[in-house]
Amino acid sequence: MQLDRSIGRRLFLVFNYLFLALIALICLAPMWHTLSASFSSPVELNAHRGLLWYPVGEFTLKGYEIVFKNSAIWRSYLNTLIYVVGGTLVGISMTAIGAYTLSRRYFRPRNVLMLLITFTMLFNGGMIPNYMLIHKLGLYNTAWALILPTAINVFHLIILRTAFMGIPPEMEESAKIDGANDLQIFLRIIVPVSKASISVIVLFIAVMHWNSWFPASLYLSDRAKYPLQIILREILIDGNTSITSAGANPAISIYKSLIKYCTVIVSTLPVLTIYPFIQKYFTQGVMIGAIKG
Amino acid sequence: MRQLIANYKRHKMIYWLTLPVVVYFLIFSYLPMAGLIMAFQDFKPSKGFFGSEWVGFQHFVDFFTSPNFWRVTRNTIVLSLMELAFGFPAPIIFALMLNEVRNRLFKRTVQTISYLPYFLSTAIIAGLIRDFTSSTGPISTTLAPIMGKAVNLLSVPEYFRAIFISTNIWQFMGYISIIYLAALTRVDPELYDAAKMDGAGYWKQCWHVTLPGISSTIIIMFILNMGQLLSVNFEKILLLYNSAIYETADVISTYIYRQGILSQNYGYSTAVGLFNSVIAMLLILGANYVSKKYSETHLF
Repeated sequence: MQLDRSIGRRLFLVFNYLFLALIALICLAPMWHTLSASFSSPVELNAHRGLLWYPVGEFTLKGYEIVFKNSAIWRSYLNTLIYVVGGTLVGISMTAIGAYTLSRRYFRPRNVLMLLITFTMLFNGGMIPNYMLIHKLGLYNTAWALILPTAINVFHLIILRTAFMGIPPEMEESAKIDGANDLQIFLRIIVPVSKASISVIVLFIAVMHWNSWFPASLYLSDRAKYPLQIILREILIDGNTSITSAGANPAISIYKSLIKYCTVIVSTLPVLTIYPFIQKYFTQGVMIGAIKG
Repeated sequence: MRQLIANYKRHKMIYWLTLPVVVYFLIFSYLPMAGLIMAFQDFKPSKGFFGSEWVGFQHFVDFFTSPNFWRVTRNTIVLSLMELAFGFPAPIIFALMLNEVRNRLFKRTVQTISYLPYFLSTAIIAGLIRDFTSSTGPISTTLAPIMGKAVNLLSVPEYFRAIFISTNIWQFMGYISIIYLAALTRVDPELYDAAKMDGAGYWKQCWHVTLPGISSTIIIMFILNMGQLLSVNFEKILLLYNSAIYETADVISTYIYRQGILSQNYGYSTAVGLFNSVIAMLLILGANYVSKKYSETHLF
């Protein structure tokens, strides 16, 4: 009996390790395939079937050369950077200030306001009224259309508010005696003390802006303002690799899939290089959210 | 009111600091709700909210009697239920499996790799899915011996749901599992010792100690999921579907997008959106109510 169980247990553990390794492999394989493909020779790549574990044909940087020469990608990269920085600055300022005032016990209307804010999580106007709103406000085809409507995420506000409420009031006492006002208390006490949770929210907002494509497709008409994700959609989804070539290469159809793979790598590289450093903070952020529940 | 004025006079700064936040929610959350009156109008942007003709519930009647109603509602519900049946438990099971691993290096490596897909953008993920399932892609060509020949899997209505749900799991399982792993570390180890003393085997410990220990986290995640249920990650569907597979892939939100943004039937698409929002709200309130009644855990 005792022996049976330990054999069963061992079998389970072996299976468990194998299964988890398989999951890790499945999570990694598509990116590995893309990376290998991006260095492959175009003719062999087009002829290849199945997953790639290493570059096929002669190792080449030709795809990257074409992608790097493409001004549309660079401009959209720059645009994305502007939207990420602008959106994150506006977003974290609004969210943190809202979380702060709504965490003050002496702020009388805070419960009513909190209720009205929470309600927006339950019910919203939806896609079309928001679309109309952007037009009516004159934000159409401006960066503000991407930055303002998503400035405050109620989840983030609740997470920060909970963090601020957990700060012991004694910490503010000395500042108050010095005659500091509410804004000074926020900037000098609350923000430095909550650095960890604020930076987690900054990360959440920044990644959201980096990855976002739908609002840009709704609200931007000018190609010169397109963020990277919209250009990616054109290349990867619409299969429109011609925008990368600008008529330079007559044999462009050979390069089509190579260009796709290189574009994926070029556009994910920034995220993947900082990923090992930020994933720890994301873990913390998810847990802050969970503990609140 | 008088108290409010007195409170304002004492803490003016707080009120002024809150002002932009209040204005933000008024403009970007409550104003669009007012815009829902378009659902009852034959809305023309040139005539505006006050000049457009009122049509009562005509848009709703049109929607409920159109052949699209059944298709998009069914697809939304089927994808939501599949997401709930497969996508919801996947990170829990993954976390439980990881929790059994004693080798810390292995555990951390698997974990770190597992949330890699979460950091890829929807455009990239959809691009990779299309590439992998195209008639020359790795998945299609691998499946070719079973299916006879390699086909573009995204052009076959029968495959869309499986592709959509499995890639959702691929994308989110590792990331969501962080929450459950955190909850697992908070389960009291003494409870396991007590269960062992009572002769409980491994599976019994799992059933009587581990799962009850993380049940409140599971319930909260469930309620949150209910709120997201009807939106079914439609941005991903928009990048994956095509008219050949509308039969299984077209959901309420993608329908609203085509009707409202592409065809500019503003009134009609607002009505469909309102229908969607009301159902979504009822679902989350219902889930909250049930969980409040049968357990201690609730969100509101």
